[in-house]
Amino acid sequence: MYIKDRLRRSMMFVPGNNPGMIRDAHIYGADSIMFDLEDSVAYTEKDAARFLVYNALKTLNFGSKEIVVRINDLSSGLGIKDLEAIVRAGVQVVRLPKTDSAQDVIDCEREIERIERESGIPVGTTGMMAAIESANGVLNAASIAKASKRLIGIALGAEDYVTDLKTTRSDGIELLFARSMILNAARAAGIAALDTVYSDVNNEEGFIAEATLIKKLGFDGKSIINPRQIEPLHRVFMPAEKDLAKARAIMEAIAEANARGSGVASLKGKMIDKPVVIRAQRLLDLYEAGSKISEVEDI
Amino acid sequence: MKLIKTATAGTMESNDIMITLEPRDEGGIVIELTSNVMQQFGRQIEGVIRDTLKKNGVENAVVTAVDKGALDCTICARCSTAIYRAAASDAYEWEVKQDVH
Repeated sequence: MYIKDRLRRSMMFVPGNNPGMIRDAHIYGADSIMFDLEDSVAYTEKDAARFLVYNALKTLNFGSKEIVVRINDLSSGLGIKDLEAIVRAGVQVVRLPKTDSAQDVIDCEREIERIERESGIPVGTTGMMAAIESANGVLNAASIAKASKRLIGIALGAEDYVTDLKTTRSDGIELLFARSMILNAARAAGIAALDTVYSDVNNEEGFIAEATLIKKLGFDGKSIINPRQIEPLHRVFMPAEKDLAKARAIMEAIAEANARGSGVASLKGKMIDKPVVIRAQRLLDLYEAGSKISEVEDI
Repeated sequence: MKLIKTATAGTMESNDIMITLEPRDEGGIVIELTSNVMQQFGRQIEGVIRDTLKKNGVENAVVTAVDKGALDCTICARCSTAIYRAAASDAYEWEVKQDVH
């Protein structure tokens, strides 16, 4: 069973036909692990990867990690075969690639529901997320994000997207519209917004700059392709000490006002509005979640 | 399941196992296994291969397996892939995970 709202700072791609990487994937500390049956698997090995991920899901214990599988797109004929295996194997979230419209999500959900019914799994057990990788998908982001109750989030797939735009990846300006669309669509639907991969694993400075940008925009997290990217990414998402101190002071002021029976709280002479309280609480939640996970990883 | 051609699945990479299945009409299952953990796990690896063949109704075959430290789930996956390839079939029979509910 999937969890709709959880920490998803890092979603790590793991090639679906690599037994060693599948075995070790959960030890590095990513919030979500995404076994890939699509682009990282050669066409002639699609059957082998499907069997491998199916058997891994059925037998290995990945602890508290969220387990996602990226399937092939349904129009390829491979996507439905992937679903037949992984839904029965108990995957938490299915990542649908190349989502151009709400209908793509609806079609995928229909197949998942059929498989759940046929195999006696309670309908609604399997979660979904949609990757948007084209200009058409970006323009339809709002309807995609609301196309199914199973959706936990939408993600940007930038490599195909920039190709569709007739440009290449550079400093990020080429992705600003897509990121803004996807973020607003996700927020309007109340689901997570996840950023694309940063492919140059040797450029940590560039990776941190991109992670900082997407955090500022409001994204929940980012897809990653290498365990080395986890720690710097989580560091970017860790609230700064001064922000934490301010958030704690805000929550204390609210608690004092409530104790006095006053509906109005203030801090250093400034009234505390509701959005300020929501942001402070979110920051403290993020810090707490990050700290808890770090403690578990330290053990 | 009836095997109609020789088929291979898996790689020679660490943590993997390469399994080749050769069909035959009689004589049962013969397994030629080499493994870098033969002493400790040879019998177990062979057991997983036999179980997977039996589960898929394969009664006669020559199996050549080169193990590089694969987990049981990998052995099962590679053996299943080789079976379906050797049978030229994609009518997979996926089972539901026990605790998926």
